[in-house]
Amino acid sequence: MTRSGVVGWALAAPALAVILVFFAVPVVIGLALSLTDFDLYALADLSTLRFVGLDNYARLLHTPLFWQAFGNTLYFVAVGVPVSIGLSLGAALLLHARVAKWQALFRTALFAPVVTTVVAVAVIWRYLLHTRYGLINQALGTLGIDPVDWLGNPHWSMPAIILFAAWKNFGYNMVILLAALQAVPRELYESARVDGAGSLRQFSDLTFPMLTPTLAMVGIMTLAGYFQLFAEPYVMTQGGPLRSTVSVLYFMYEEGFRWWNLGYASAVAFVLFLVIFAVSAALWRFDRDPAAGR
Amino acid sequence: MRPSRPAFGGRRHALGTLAAGTALLTIGACGRRDDAHAPLDFWAMGREAEVVAELLPEFHARHPDVRVRVQQLPWTAAHEKLLTAYAGGSLPDLCQLGNTWLPELVALDALEPLDAPVASAGIPRDDYFAGILDTNVMPTRSGDRLFGLPWYVDTRVLFYRSDLLRAAGHPQPPRRWDEWLDAMRAVRQRGGGGRYGVLLPLNEPDPLFALALQQGPVLADDNARGAFAQPAFRRALAFYAGIFEQGLAPAMTNTQIANVWDEFARGLFACYISGPWNIGEFRRRLPPERQGDWATAPLPGPDGPGVSTAGGSSLVIFRRSARKEAAWRWIAYLSEPQTMQRFHALTGNLPPRRSAWRSPELASDAPSQAFAQQLERVRAAPKIPEWERIFQEMQLAAERVVQRVQGLDAATVELDARVDALLEKRRWLRARAIASAGPR
Repeated sequence: MTRSGVVGWALAAPALAVILVFFAVPVVIGLALSLTDFDLYALADLSTLRFVGLDNYARLLHTPLFWQAFGNTLYFVAVGVPVSIGLSLGAALLLHARVAKWQALFRTALFAPVVTTVVAVAVIWRYLLHTRYGLINQALGTLGIDPVDWLGNPHWSMPAIILFAAWKNFGYNMVILLAALQAVPRELYESARVDGAGSLRQFSDLTFPMLTPTLAMVGIMTLAGYFQLFAEPYVMTQGGPLRSTVSVLYFMYEEGFRWWNLGYASAVAFVLFLVIFAVSAALWRFDRDPAAGR
Repeated sequence: MRPSRPAFGGRRHALGTLAAGTALLTIGACGRRDDAHAPLDFWAMGREAEVVAELLPEFHARHPDVRVRVQQLPWTAAHEKLLTAYAGGSLPDLCQLGNTWLPELVALDALEPLDAPVASAGIPRDDYFAGILDTNVMPTRSGDRLFGLPWYVDTRVLFYRSDLLRAAGHPQPPRRWDEWLDAMRAVRQRGGGGRYGVLLPLNEPDPLFALALQQGPVLADDNARGAFAQPAFRRALAFYAGIFEQGLAPAMTNTQIANVWDEFARGLFACYISGPWNIGEFRRRLPPERQGDWATAPLPGPDGPGVSTAGGSSLVIFRRSARKEAAWRWIAYLSEPQTMQRFHALTGNLPPRRSAWRSPELASDAPSQAFAQQLERVRAAPKIPEWERIFQEMQLAAERVVQRVQGLDAATVELDARVDALLEKRRWLRARAIASAGPR
């Protein structure tokens, strides 16, 4: 190896060591754990640990609650990601508009939910969503809509969680999209106006294409994040009512830390990893193809 | 870490010193932790944790050399916290423990047996309600051992609207299942569509489990297999599901009932199976004009007053504690009948010792007296770590029967299959123990 190669490795070594110790090793241990029946008895006496091969995975695929959790998670992702990114894009466009006043103030205000603690905010949202005394139902009441049992009715619990998550997270993507909007050269808009494009046309043929790479990145990040839905149901519904807000991660948490089936819970974690990996990879490909054509 | 010789100059030397310093600090921290004069760490949960501090001054006055530090855990996170603390070696000296959690911590060998201190302190075991004390007795290789001392008790009795039952021709609370059914039918007939005989929330397993305990064991083969498809549990489930089938109970979960007390006051249902905390809640939350219209009674059984569940919290000492003697003094203090009476006054929690029930407040309190009678007839749940989960599975099966997703036969057979799968490791452990012939 050349001298510079040695120096390079030496300089990278601390970071690599950290990655190895805090990422690679736990992942390998987790994978190994998912092939065993590590449980309460094994915690007490390691000699009771059994190697079970892929049994945990096979059992998982035959567990109705896992599929329900998977369905709930897909629901959350399929509705939550578009809603969340739509909100972010809308807010970013509004902030970017020339007529917008007090931009800095609004930018901060809209970003504020991102930096709040999810647990504290969830408690407040539980008040907002309260069936009888909540502000949301009172607002609906003035429109003549009957009160909705947001967190008690299995049909409304997930929409309530989506609403909360979208509100909590849209500010982050908004800032990224705002930066991307500001990076679009003004001259392009000028020439578009000269060519007679209205504001709608400017958005569809100029702004949106220029934002596509950023949107794809934001989409993948949000998707991966939303697949790991946990804190919201944990704080707001504890997975209920009728298990309608049990996500895959919540299912894993219950198996792992409520029932202490760590082997089984590790298998859940790996399945979730594979799902996120597959969906993200598909999105990348989707993003790259049009890019290749440009 | 082996101390390294400072061969390569300053920086390495400094690192070595740093490492040694850290090691010393760690040892120092350990030393402080094991020091007999350090505060005693006591984990308590929920309301008890808030209130127990009021009992501290007297204890500290009596034992100036012991300091108790109370740490609060929320009930919802307590179980995870305990197991993680076990895995991480950071358990406190002693703790309040829901008595259904005892089997898990005994399986982990985390608890200190209390037989000897109880005997030498002269605490009469037969002063405790037998069924409650029994939940703290676990089989070990060297025989049965007592791993916790009950702190307060919990069981399920019948809360009922005495005015509604009387108007329906039942001035006395029902004592047998058939009387109870009659009373509920009469209430329903008189009340029309808006009234039910009883509220049995579909997500609460305790009422069904109490009925099942009255019929016989739910596990077989030394708690290694389910016995839910056996006649005993089937009778209980048939009775339970029949209540819904006859329209005597609404098929609802307790999240669908916005406020149990409001509905009870309004007369949506005439009976409710619940625990001691609801004595206080009923007094607080029912309107004043309804206060004369409710009462409690022991749970009806198939033929005469039946058994109910044996719940509550115990006080346990962890094996790894270095201050077991001081921890025991705190438990002994909390277990004195006078302390229990004060604790009842503070929290409304019912004491586990019969002598503590002689206080005028408890002896003259009618709603509590039903509990006193019931506590003489309580039975422990199966003492295995898997129980909590089986308990939940049982209720899910019952919910399917009540919602008519499944018939009683199919549901109980499937429940047994699930339970057998959950207990597979238990059977394997037993087979292994037999194969290795006795203790390791």
